[in-house]
Amino acid sequence: MDIPAELEAVIDEVIKHYPVSKRSASLPLLHLLQEHFGYITDQAIEWIAQKLEIEPVNVLELVTFYPMIRREPAGKHHIRVCRTLSCAMAGSYRLLETFCKHANIDLHARDHGGHLLKSPDGHYSIEFVECLASCGTGPVCMINDDFYEAVSDEEVPQLLQKYQ
Amino acid sequence: MGTVIRTPHPREKRIIFKNIDRPGYTPGIDSYFADGGYEELRKAFTMKPQDIVAEVKASGLRGRGGAGFPCGAKWGFIRPGETKPVYLICNADESEPGTFKDRYIIHQDPHQLLEGMIISCYAVNARLAYIYIRGEFPLGAKILERALAEARAHGFLGKNVLGTGFDLEIYIFRGAGAYICGEETGLIESLEGKRPYPRIKPPYFPAALGLYMAPTIVNNVETLCNVKHIIRMGGAEYARIGRPNNTGTRVLCVSGDVQKPGYYELEVGAITLGELIHDVCSGLKPGRKLKAVIPGGSSAKVLRAGERYKLKTKQPDGSMAEREIGIEEVPMDFDSLAAAGSMAGSGGVIVMDDSRDMVWALNNINEFYAHESCGQCTPCREGSLWMKKLTARMLDGGAVPADPDTLKSVADNIAGRTICAFGEACAWPTQSFVAKFRDEFAGYAARNVPAGGHGNGNAESQP
Amino acid sequence: MSDPVPLLNVQIDGIWHQFPKGTRVIEACAQAGKFVPRYCYHPKLSSPGNCRMCLIEMGMPKMGPDKKPELGADGKPVISWIPRPQISCAQDIAEGMGIRTDSPLTRECRHGVMEFLLINHPLDCPICDQAGECRLQEFSVQYGTAGSRFLEEKVKKPKRIALGPRVTLDDERCILCSRCIRFMKEVAKDDVLGFVSRGGHTYLTAYPGRPLDSNYSLNTVDICPVGALTSTDFRFKMRVWFLKETKSICTSCATGCNTVIGARERVIYRQTPRENDDVNSCWMCDYGRLNFHYVNSEDRLTAPQIRLNGTLETSDWGPAIVRTAEELGRFRPDEVAVIASGRMTNEELWLARRLIETLGTPHHDVVPRWGEGDDLLLNADRNPNTLGAQLLGVANERPGENLARIVARVRAGEIKAVLALQEDLLEAGFTAGDLNRLTFLLALNILPNPTVEAATVVLPGAAFAEKRGSMINAKGRLQRLNRAIAAPGNAQNDWEVLRELLQQLSGTAGPYVIEDVFKQIAGTIPEMRGLSLSKIGDRGYQLEDVEDVPAAPAPEPAHL
Repeated sequence: MDIPAELEAVIDEVIKHYPVSKRSASLPLLHLLQEHFGYITDQAIEWIAQKLEIEPVNVLELVTFYPMIRREPAGKHHIRVCRTLSCAMAGSYRLLETFCKHANIDLHARDHGGHLLKSPDGHYSIEFVECLASCGTGPVCMINDDFYEAVSDEEVPQLLQKYQ
Repeated sequence: MGTVIRTPHPREKRIIFKNIDRPGYTPGIDSYFADGGYEELRKAFTMKPQDIVAEVKASGLRGRGGAGFPCGAKWGFIRPGETKPVYLICNADESEPGTFKDRYIIHQDPHQLLEGMIISCYAVNARLAYIYIRGEFPLGAKILERALAEARAHGFLGKNVLGTGFDLEIYIFRGAGAYICGEETGLIESLEGKRPYPRIKPPYFPAALGLYMAPTIVNNVETLCNVKHIIRMGGAEYARIGRPNNTGTRVLCVSGDVQKPGYYELEVGAITLGELIHDVCSGLKPGRKLKAVIPGGSSAKVLRAGERYKLKTKQPDGSMAEREIGIEEVPMDFDSLAAAGSMAGSGGVIVMDDSRDMVWALNNINEFYAHESCGQCTPCREGSLWMKKLTARMLDGGAVPADPDTLKSVADNIAGRTICAFGEACAWPTQSFVAKFRDEFAGYAARNVPAGGHGNGNAESQP
Repeated sequence: MSDPVPLLNVQIDGIWHQFPKGTRVIEACAQAGKFVPRYCYHPKLSSPGNCRMCLIEMGMPKMGPDKKPELGADGKPVISWIPRPQISCAQDIAEGMGIRTDSPLTRECRHGVMEFLLINHPLDCPICDQAGECRLQEFSVQYGTAGSRFLEEKVKKPKRIALGPRVTLDDERCILCSRCIRFMKEVAKDDVLGFVSRGGHTYLTAYPGRPLDSNYSLNTVDICPVGALTSTDFRFKMRVWFLKETKSICTSCATGCNTVIGARERVIYRQTPRENDDVNSCWMCDYGRLNFHYVNSEDRLTAPQIRLNGTLETSDWGPAIVRTAEELGRFRPDEVAVIASGRMTNEELWLARRLIETLGTPHHDVVPRWGEGDDLLLNADRNPNTLGAQLLGVANERPGENLARIVARVRAGEIKAVLALQEDLLEAGFTAGDLNRLTFLLALNILPNPTVEAATVVLPGAAFAEKRGSMINAKGRLQRLNRAIAAPGNAQNDWEVLRELLQQLSGTAGPYVIEDVFKQIAGTIPEMRGLSLSKIGDRGYQLEDVEDVPAAPAPEPAHL
C-alpha cells in the first residue's frame, strides 16, 4: 500500500493529538485512509494496526462497527438519504426510490451483506442511512459531503445533474 | 431544496441561537468578535475556577443532551486537588432522532461553542479536550477545525492562554455513524479507539474513571454554549430565565406534522406543548387532528392526544397544588414532561397527526434502535432486533393476536436491565406506543394483506 | 503481617452473613449458598457486565435523619432497595448491603435474559459438543420456558470457522459474553480475538491471517459457556456425559498444571485444567493439554519381551524379571548404569534409587529435557519431576551431568549394562553403536523406540494417566497423579515392575501398595516427613526449602 508522504505527515500529526494512547487515532486514521483511497482495504487495516501498534483485529472491530467506514469503493458520487422517523414522515422512502430510479440503481438488489447499492456504471452509489440530524427540514440527504434539505422528488434529476 | 432560513418567532428568547440564521453572520471569528465574542472568556479568567463552577451550579443549568443532569453537580465531581489529568469532551455526536439543534451551532456559530468550552475547561482544569463530532457532519468538522485554528491564532488555545498560564488544546474527533457514541461512556471508548461499548456504572463514572481512566467531563454542545452566557449574566441572573429547577432556554426542535417545523429557542417551561404546536409552529396541516407527540427525541415515551396528566405545581405561597391537564397544556420543561410520563430529553419534538399509522411509526423507530444497538449486552442486542422484526412482520401482513403483548413484554425485559440508557431508549417507544395505541396494534392481526409497505406511515394510504 | 481483612455484614435473601471486605457480590451469594447464574463473569477475568444474567436486587441501609442507618425490629439495618436490578458480578459487597437473589423481579430478569439468549441460538444441542456441560442448557432448565414465542427468522452467522489450528468456532451458538476475548487479551496477552459487525449481527472473529494459534488457545474452549468454541481435537469424539473424570496433573513440564482427565473405558478423550491458584489458576497450555494421544497409541508395549537368539520374543513377567536379575548378577557394580527419567513419579524414582543402591553402581542420572518456556505456565524444564529426581537422589543438582561420563564409559567398555527407565538412550547422548556395544540393556517403557528395539529385556510400563503417584513441580509443590485408565494388555505400573526387580535382586519382600512406597520416602526424606499420599490432597502440598535440593541420604537396608 502506497501512503504518500504528505498523507503520512498528516497522519503523524493526528496521532500527536492523542498523547496518552495512540490507539485513539484508529478511527481518525480510518477516516484519513478512506478519504484517500475511497474505502478501507485489508492492507489499510494492517497498515493502521502496525502504525498504532495494535492487533489488526482491533481495527477490524471498528471498521465493521461504524457504517460510515466502507470496505468497498462507493460510486463516484455517494448519496445518503435519511431513513429515520421525521424524514420518513416527510417522504424519504419515496425519495430513496426516486434517487434510485434517476441514478439507475436497482433498489431491490439490497441485501443483508452490507454491500452498497450502485449504478451499473459505478457513477452513483446510494445508502439509506439513519438520522442525519436535520429533522425539521426533511426529507434530507447528503451527496458526498454536501447536505440537502427538504428535497422533493421533482428536484432529484437536477440534483443528480450537479454530480457528473 | 437548499437552506431553510427563518426569522425568530416572537415568543422565542434567543440566547444560544442568537446568531443562527442571522443575515450576514458567518462562522468566522470576526463575526463572533463583532458580536462581543470571547469577552466572557476574558472575564472567566479573572475568576477562580471554583467560582465558575459555583456560578454554573447557581445557574441551575441542566444538561441539554438528554438526561438533564445538573451541569454544576457534574463538574463538582472533579476533586479540587485532582492529581490525574482531567479531560473535557464536548459531545457533538447529536444523533437522537428528532434533534437537530447542535447542527446549527456547529455550522453557524462555532466560536460560541469554543468559548463555552474553553471556559469550562478552565473551570474543571482540563488541559486537553476533544470535540466528538458525529461523522455525518463532515462540513461541521471542517468549520470547527477552522474555528480552532482562529482561536489558536488569537491565543485562546495553546500554551499560556491569554497570558494566564493556563494551557489548553482542543482537538476534533470525528465519529462514523454510531448513535451509541452519544452515550458518554460509549463515546469515551470510541475516543480510546475501541468499539464504543458503554461501560458499567459503577464503577466507571466518567467524572472519576473516564477517558484513559482519568476524570472526564462530557457535556453536550448546547450545554457548553450556555456556560458562556452564565458567565456573562451570572448564575443567579441566568436562573431567573425559565422556571425553578428548569432554568435557561431550551432549543426545541420540532419536526413532523406541523406547518412550520424547525428550531425554536424558548424559555424552559414558558410554553405549553399546545402553544408550541399551534402558535409557534403555526398549527397542524389543514384538516388534521393531533394524534401523538414524541416530546424529547425518539426515545421519549409518546404522548397521545386526549390523555390526561396530573401535574403538581408550586403555588405562590409555597404549597403544592395538583391539577389535571391535557396533552396540549403540558409545559415544555424537564419536570412537567416527566410528570406526564415522558421526558424533555434532547428537545426533539416529533408531532404526528391523525393520518399516521402508529405501527408504522413504531417500526420506523424500532428499525433505528435495532440498527444502532451496539450489541454489547444481551437484552438490548437481542430485544431491539426482535422488536424490529416483530413490527416489520406486522407491517408485512403477518401480525398475530399475541403481538401487542409480546412487544410489551420484550420491551419490559429490556428497560432497566441493560448496561446503558440505550435499553430504555429502545424500550420506551415500544412500551408507550403499544400501551397507548393498543387497539391500533391489536387491529393488525385482523388484517390479512400487507399494510402498504414502509412508505410514509400515512394511515389513509393503508388498506 | 498485614491487617486482617475486616468482615462486612450483608443481608442475602433475608439472612445476615459476614464476608471479608473486597468480596464480589456474586461470590458472596455463592458462599451463602445462593448461586447466581452467570455467563460473562469469570473470577480470573475483568467484568464487563454484558450478559445481564446475574441481575439481582440490591439495597443499602436506609439512613435516618441522624445520618445513621435506621434499625428494624431485629436490630439490623432497614434496607432501602434500588428500584433497578443490579449486576452482581462487578461490585464488591458493602457494609449493610441487602441482596435478593430469588425475588420475583430477579426471576423475571433471568427469564428475560434466557429468552433473549435463546431466540437466536440454534437448536442443535443433539450434535453440539458442549451438550451436557453447557451453561445455556443448564440455566434453561431453571430459568427457561418450554415453548418459544419468537416467530421471526434467526440471525445467520458464520459456522464451522477454524479460529486457529486447535479451536473451532460456531458464531450462531456464541452468546457474545467476551470471555474468550478477555482471556486472550488479559491472560494470554495475545489480543487476537474481537467482535465485528454490531448489534444483533455482532460476531466473534480473528483477523484473517492472524489466527488464534497461541499455546493457550484451548483455554477459550474451557471458559466458553456455550458450544461456540470447541476443541478441534475433541470435537465429535465423545459425549461428555460418558467421560469418567479423574483429577490429575499434567506431566508435560515442571509446572504440573492441575488437570482433569476425561476418559471412557481405556481411551483418554481430553485433558482439561483444574483450578489451583497455587499452580495454574484455571489454565493450562495447549501443548500439555493435547500431549496424551500417545497414551492411546496402538503401538503401546503390552507385554514383556526377552531377546532370544537375537530377536525379541514376547514373554510373561516372571521370566522377564528373572532374566533381568540374572543378567545383572553377572556385572560388577561399576559395570552397570541406571538412566532414569524426570518423568517418573517420586515412588518410581525412590525404587529406582533403591535399585541403584542394591546394584551398588555410582553411574546414574536422569535425562534432562529442555524447551522454551514462557511467562505464563510453560516451564523450560519439560521434565515434570526434576526436583523429585534430585530430592530422591537419582540425579544430582545438575541433572544430566553424568550422562556424558556414562556414555564415555560405555564406549570405553567399562560400562556393560544399562537400565533405561522410561527413556530412549538416543536422547541421552548414546548412539545406536553405543547400544550395540552393551552386553545387557533393559528398557522399561511404554512405546517402541530405538532403545526398546536394541534391548535385551523389554518391560512394558504405564503412562502418566494409568498410574498413581506423586511428583514435585518446579516450585517445590508435591502433587498427585491419579489413575484414569488401565494400562493396556499386560503392561504394569512402573513402581510394581521396579519392586519385582528389587525383590528378585535382593531376595527380600518389597512394599505391597504404593502408599507404603510413599511411607518409605516420608520416613527418609526430611522435606517429606510426615506426609502421605492422601495428605497431599487434590491441590498438592508445598514443600519447604526444596530449591536447595540435598542428596538423598542412604536408606537403612531394613526399609526394603
